[in-house]
Amino acid sequence: MHELSIVSSIVDSVTETLASYPGARVKEVRLRVGALASVIEDSLQFCYGIATEGTPLECSVLVVKILPVRMHCDKCAQNVEIASLQSFRCPHCDEPVMDMRQGRELEIDSIEIDEAEKSV
Amino acid sequence: MSTRIVELRQGILKKNDELARGLRSQFEVAGVLVLNLVSSPGTGKTEFLQRTLRELRNSGARAAALVGDLETDNDARRLAASGAPVRQINTHGICHLEAEMVSKHLEGWNLAGLDYLFIENVGNLVCPSSYDLGEKIRVALLSVTEGEDKPLKYPTLYNSADVAVITKMDIAEAVGFERTAALKNINEIRPGIRIFETSAKMGTGMAEWLAYLAQARPSR
Repeated sequence: MHELSIVSSIVDSVTETLASYPGARVKEVRLRVGALASVIEDSLQFCYGIATEGTPLECSVLVVKILPVRMHCDKCAQNVEIASLQSFRCPHCDEPVMDMRQGRELEIDSIEIDEAEKSV
Repeated sequence: MSTRIVELRQGILKKNDELARGLRSQFEVAGVLVLNLVSSPGTGKTEFLQRTLRELRNSGARAAALVGDLETDNDARRLAASGAPVRQINTHGICHLEAEMVSKHLEGWNLAGLDYLFIENVGNLVCPSSYDLGEKIRVALLSVTEGEDKPLKYPTLYNSADVAVITKMDIAEAVGFERTAALKNINEIRPGIRIFETSAKMGTGMAEWLAYLAQARPSR
């Protein structure tokens, strides 16, 4: 259960970004999470509610996009999606695949904010 | 009010990753080989490490260890019996080690005077895999009592490992350990990974492990 540490890092990063948008309110935070990043979305969502309380992120929506594991198959000379996390083999030629191109991401992609009107 | 999308494209664990990169270059400059040991609680990381430290010391190599646990310094005291410098990291509830904890606990140690530094992570098969500690080699351990399908249940951790160590081989037969299945499962998750079959108690497989450590060490 390290989702709370992860969510705290998200709150810190977003708060830092908000310094450039005074008075803005966060509506949505969008993440890109690899299928092998070892985080559970339900736990993230649960911790998000707690960790954002009393911060500019309070009441915002956390959107998690899960990215499938993509490996490079040397034999097929292309990137392939493995059929399951229990077998790192190319779905076309069944050769073992070792070279990961996607699957461990743990990133904030973007945030959606409501900007305060600039005072004239 | 106007709505705006702000692109961040930023790693959530950016701070840890940056710190780990700093540690990695510090280790490289010092010429010390750093290994991060990960497994479930009870796999026998401490016993395996204790034997490793003792044998390295007997062979004239200089090795040290950092050991992570939620509470107590029991493991550090066990490891210190090998004569190697050991420091305990207590995470007080945090389920993994982070680069910052490693960095903080290395203060005052002369890394250039070491050949090997072992970091024994908190016993946990999920969380440690997300946190880079600046290690060169990540070692995933699996004991014969845990079930041969553990690598399939925790692919994240086993897939991020550089080498695998099977522990407690001396009781393999008694607990009905299916060696072929275990080796196959590890290979399904991390094809081609080097696997050491060991017993820290009997010394089985330690010679191969120590030979591996010797060749993995940076030359000075």
